Amino acid sequence: MMRLSASDLACRRGGREVFAGVGFSVTAGEALVISGRNGSGKSSLLRMVVGLLRVAAGRIALQGGDPQLTVGEQAHYLGHQDALKPSLSVGENLRFWTGFLAGAAPDIAAPLAAVGLDSLTDLPAAYLSAGQRRRLSIARLIAVKRPIWLLDEPASTLDAAGQARLGELMRSHLGGGGLILAAAHGAIGLDGASALRLGSEP
Amino acid sequence: MTPLAAILMRDIRIAMRVGGGALIGVLFFLVVVTLTPFALGPDLALLKRIGPAILWLAALLASLLALDRLFAADHEDGSLDLILTGRAQLELVVAVKGLAHWLTTGLPLIIAAPLIGLLLNLDARAEAALVLTFLVGTPALTFIGLIGAALAVTLRRGGLLLAVLVLPLTVPVLIFGVAAANAAVLGPLPFGTPFTILCALTLASLVVGPFAAAAALRQEME
Repeated sequence: MMRLSASDLACRRGGREVFAGVGFSVTAGEALVISGRNGSGKSSLLRMVVGLLRVAAGRIALQGGDPQLTVGEQAHYLGHQDALKPSLSVGENLRFWTGFLAGAAPDIAAPLAAVGLDSLTDLPAAYLSAGQRRRLSIARLIAVKRPIWLLDEPASTLDAAGQARLGELMRSHLGGGGLILAAAHGAIGLDGASALRLGSEP
Repeated sequence: MTPLAAILMRDIRIAMRVGGGALIGVLFFLVVVTLTPFALGPDLALLKRIGPAILWLAALLASLLALDRLFAADHEDGSLDLILTGRAQLELVVAVKGLAHWLTTGLPLIIAAPLIGLLLNLDARAEAALVLTFLVGTPALTFIGLIGAALAVTLRRGGLLLAVLVLPLTVPVLIFGVAAANAAVLGPLPFGTPFTILCALTLASLVVGPFAAAAALRQEME
């Protein structure tokens, strides 16, 4: 049974301590929603878990995963940026990420249909709106199966239909035994998720 | 498609699309070499004498030009985050990006060089030697440049730092490349002597470049 936990985490950015003494524990099938005001370190916490930011203090542990791989190598990280190349088409972008992350060429039509971008497969990514770019990044999460999803404000540029669809995808991921850590300002459609609040109350 | 093949195809595809940068290096090379005879005047003997040196200098600067965006573009759109935390070995990913850069920048230079050499009054023997030195030496320029490109991302400075870091490291390649090209025409050194040293420099850079660049990129993870 997969379990991602952290204890006593501290974060320093630019010489300033962003947070300290943060801990959480998430098991398979569960979600954790991280909230806090701007600058409280939600993105930094996610980046620490995925391995892009050095852990100043504390530890992060994963039980039940592949012991040969780091947490980041078993996770999908959906950051603020969408990791898309504007000169490549929607299909080419997704095909690249499935090829790079999965080492194979799985079907991209189904993930694109799941996020509603199948009609735009050949459109250069430069012409996508912010919400469409976000949906293409979400397609990457569906195309390649990873147990851990680390989402940084996933619904931020999505319209209501997009948010509903994201909620469905997250619920099915949890139903399949995955776990989700999401940083969000508001509700993102995960009822019953545990909450972690960073920073002091305003 | 393996992860490395995916990176290779993506980088080549991006470079070959409009504004991708595949031809920027070659165009810069053409401009520099075309202007040189105008600057130097119609002294054919002089052009023949310094022709290889001018071509090598232009190739070096052209390679440098296209290196600037190598990692910076991935860093800016968030792709680098996913590459750093991916399962593919970072040193190999960096080496493959270097290969893609050479295929889209170095290879066109090698093809353009003999045609442009005519502008500098080089004869067939000088051009053959020059193309051989380009073939062996341009990979070294790319792979040494990887180090500067990676550091430029980590240190968040632009192209000027890249030039300052990379140029001193590429000077030996320049010296032996020109020496080999000249040796074929003028002597007294046999062509092989500086050429084998150039080969050695390239082989060393093929190994050191990716390792140093990967180490620099890992510093990105603060």
